[in-house]
Amino acid sequence: MPETTRTPQPTEAGPARRSLGTGPGRLLVALYGIFTVAAASRSLYQLLAQFDRAPLAYGLSAGSALVYGFITFSLVRGGEGARRAAFACCALELLGVFGIGTWTLLDPSAFPDATVWSDYGMGYLFIPVFLPVTGLLWLRRSRTERTTA
Amino acid sequence: MIDALTIAVAVTALALAAWCGFAAFRDQPTKDWHFIGMGLVSLLGIVQLVIAVVQLSRGVSPDKGTALFVSYLLGAAACVPATGFMSLSERTRWGSATVAAGAVVLAVLEVRLFDIWGGGSA
Repeated sequence: MPETTRTPQPTEAGPARRSLGTGPGRLLVALYGIFTVAAASRSLYQLLAQFDRAPLAYGLSAGSALVYGFITFSLVRGGEGARRAAFACCALELLGVFGIGTWTLLDPSAFPDATVWSDYGMGYLFIPVFLPVTGLLWLRRSRTERTTA
Repeated sequence: MIDALTIAVAVTALALAAWCGFAAFRDQPTKDWHFIGMGLVSLLGIVQLVIAVVQLSRGVSPDKGTALFVSYLLGAAACVPATGFMSLSERTRWGSATVAAGAVVLAVLEVRLFDIWGGGSA
């Protein structure tokens, strides 16, 4: 993204702001960006065009779009605060994938239409399951690098 | 016409994904030749967008809704250029991996476009 992630930006605290969107993080930014656009446009379209059909599913899709968007933003922004926030959101995302995935299997009648996280993200090649796991690993590694540096 | 183009975009996108994935595997950033490849795939995506819009304006409508179709078309056209720009400022193997991921997503979008248009029947 346009932000100059390569040159460390000094913050008021003194140490350079840790960048989260370079190296392997760049791939994560791309994937999270794609999922933000996918989930957001999907839920927007569904909420506008066919809200009555499956309000619960579409509402949950919109929620997942917000989570994806926030993580993308945090990864691009960088810094310790953003890292913590993104970490919490990745955990929430993982919880959401497993929670909603299980919910759709136990009670299919509540979901006349699919969400991004239905059946553990099967419709999206299970990427919704792998993405938060890699996200958590990457964010954790960024912290250990920071403390050793 | 549009079916053939959809298949062509999907196949070239997969080829680009394999090529850039190989570069990432060999620990190389994207090079000029890769960007030429991305340009070709992006061009095909734009040609597809234009032809589809012309078809739509002639009154042909996709099986599963025009709004859905157009949003997938826009996503498909933007996919490779966007990841290409991201790899410009990431001169490591991870830039190549990003482009490979974008190209795979493009191929998946083409499969969905094929479904939405009602592949084979139009």
